[in-house]
Amino acid sequence: MDFPADYQLVKQGAEAKIYKGTFLGRPVIVKERFCKTYRHPELEAMISKERLKAEARGILRCKALGVPAPAVYYVDPDSKLMYLEEIDGSTMKDLFTSLLASDDKDAPDKLKQLSLSIGEAVGKIHAGHLIHGDLTTSNFLRHGFKTYLIDFGLSSVSTLAEDKAVDLYVLERALISTHPGSDQYWTHILASYSKSYPSGSKEVLNKFKEVQSRGRKRTMVG
Amino acid sequence: MVVAIGLEGSANKLGVGIVRDGEVLSNCRRTYITPPGQGFLPKETAEHHRKHIIPLIKEALEVAKMEPKDIDLVCYTKGPGMGAPLVSVAVVARTIAQLWNKPIVGVNHCIGHIEMGRTITNSDNPTVLYVSGGNTQVIAYSCNRYRIFGETIDIAVGNCLDRFARLVNLSNDPSPGYNIEQAAKKGKKFLQLPYCVKGMDVSFSGILSYIEEKGKPLLKSGEYTVEDLCFSLQETVFAMLVETTERAMAHTGSGDVLLVGGVACNVRLQEMMAQMAKERGGTVYATDERYCIDNGAMIAHAGALLYTSTGKPTPWDETFIRQRYRTDEVEVTWR
Repeated sequence: MDFPADYQLVKQGAEAKIYKGTFLGRPVIVKERFCKTYRHPELEAMISKERLKAEARGILRCKALGVPAPAVYYVDPDSKLMYLEEIDGSTMKDLFTSLLASDDKDAPDKLKQLSLSIGEAVGKIHAGHLIHGDLTTSNFLRHGFKTYLIDFGLSSVSTLAEDKAVDLYVLERALISTHPGSDQYWTHILASYSKSYPSGSKEVLNKFKEVQSRGRKRTMVG
Repeated sequence: MVVAIGLEGSANKLGVGIVRDGEVLSNCRRTYITPPGQGFLPKETAEHHRKHIIPLIKEALEVAKMEPKDIDLVCYTKGPGMGAPLVSVAVVARTIAQLWNKPIVGVNHCIGHIEMGRTITNSDNPTVLYVSGGNTQVIAYSCNRYRIFGETIDIAVGNCLDRFARLVNLSNDPSPGYNIEQAAKKGKKFLQLPYCVKGMDVSFSGILSYIEEKGKPLLKSGEYTVEDLCFSLQETVFAMLVETTERAMAHTGSGDVLLVGGVACNVRLQEMMAQMAKERGGTVYATDERYCIDNGAMIAHAGALLYTSTGKPTPWDETFIRQRYRTDEVEVTWR
């Protein structure tokens, strides 16, 4: 399968170039994982293969658990291309940035709703033992009243509370460092996380405190 | 115009530097070197610092051709770092500030690295990768703070390298990292090691356990040489660092990278980072070992920035040390 030349580059992420185009008559996003020349070839081959697989599997599992994610239309393992359903939404990163800066009196309430939907999505995937691996506000898309999860390249399946806690920790750090002044919304995220993952959230949140203390209050020398 | 003297001793390096408005007049250093197979411990390191600090201050003044009366400001490392070495240096800073009757400023060590790097390389607003024996952080500036985007969730990269050097008995002179770098140049065979990236965070402890368990038998059987392991280790941990830095850059939308901290001297890391930045259309800024490795000038420089922007020294009863002083706790008043 050739990569159509009329596809338009819309974004260069850390791992992949994102193109827009049509595939069998549908609007699609094509994610091209490019070769990292700085990496040792053996390491590069292993990582890019693993991540392409992880992404396809993660998306399927995520959808099966009832959390919206873009549909996978086609995967080309040789050229490391993935054809995905196009979601016409805004990233949580953009929404948070604009809402936190706005004077709108409804802004705090909107932010609360968004935070609840983030917590719900994470709670649901963790209940199904899916670890996203790269939870940042850039990786949630809001379309209408639905919150989509994207970018599953670092995802894995694990039943360990430790892995889920680290997943939450990564999200907390990304939220606080990207959106100064968003600390209060973290409690909403955790509240709806617990609600949508009643069976195991308690254990994960205990572990989460442990991970936090390992990271932030860890001895720093030199 | 402010002439500042900076005293640094948060780990095994003791440094005294004198800086006048970003211009380094002197930057002297003594390193506490332990025998192969051993790391440096707080008590012995503090003893080393206590023994050398007075001659080193004299040396710094001499090189800068200055007298105590020419100094306007005394700066010292408030943290983070090892307790005993930090205290031994802070005590001297408080003493000379009183003896010479000068204002005193406590400086965050990480901020010292960042500000010195920005000044030396003339980079305006880079994403910073701070890698040393005790720290591994991906930092970007926003809203008056240096915010930590990614970080190690267990041990620092330099600590991983140091402990690996101890495992295979590499020399600590001039530094374990330097000897790994030299050995890695002769390594050819790549051993696959755990590659552990979690979002913008990294983890190194698994690599160390893996080498402890699997590496030794591989060395014994002659399948891999120490050089091969050094090579594989560097390729793996640096790829992880470059990847998380790239993630942070994609997330914040910035193009330039500044490398600081002891591990940032490593030429291979600089090369890999440069390749990544080139693909993104950005630039890598790196400094050489005079400024990468802990030194006094960076403390003097950051202290002077803080002092001139606020006009206030650190209140006397706050001139203590903090072993766990986080980068993002400092309000940046000079940017």
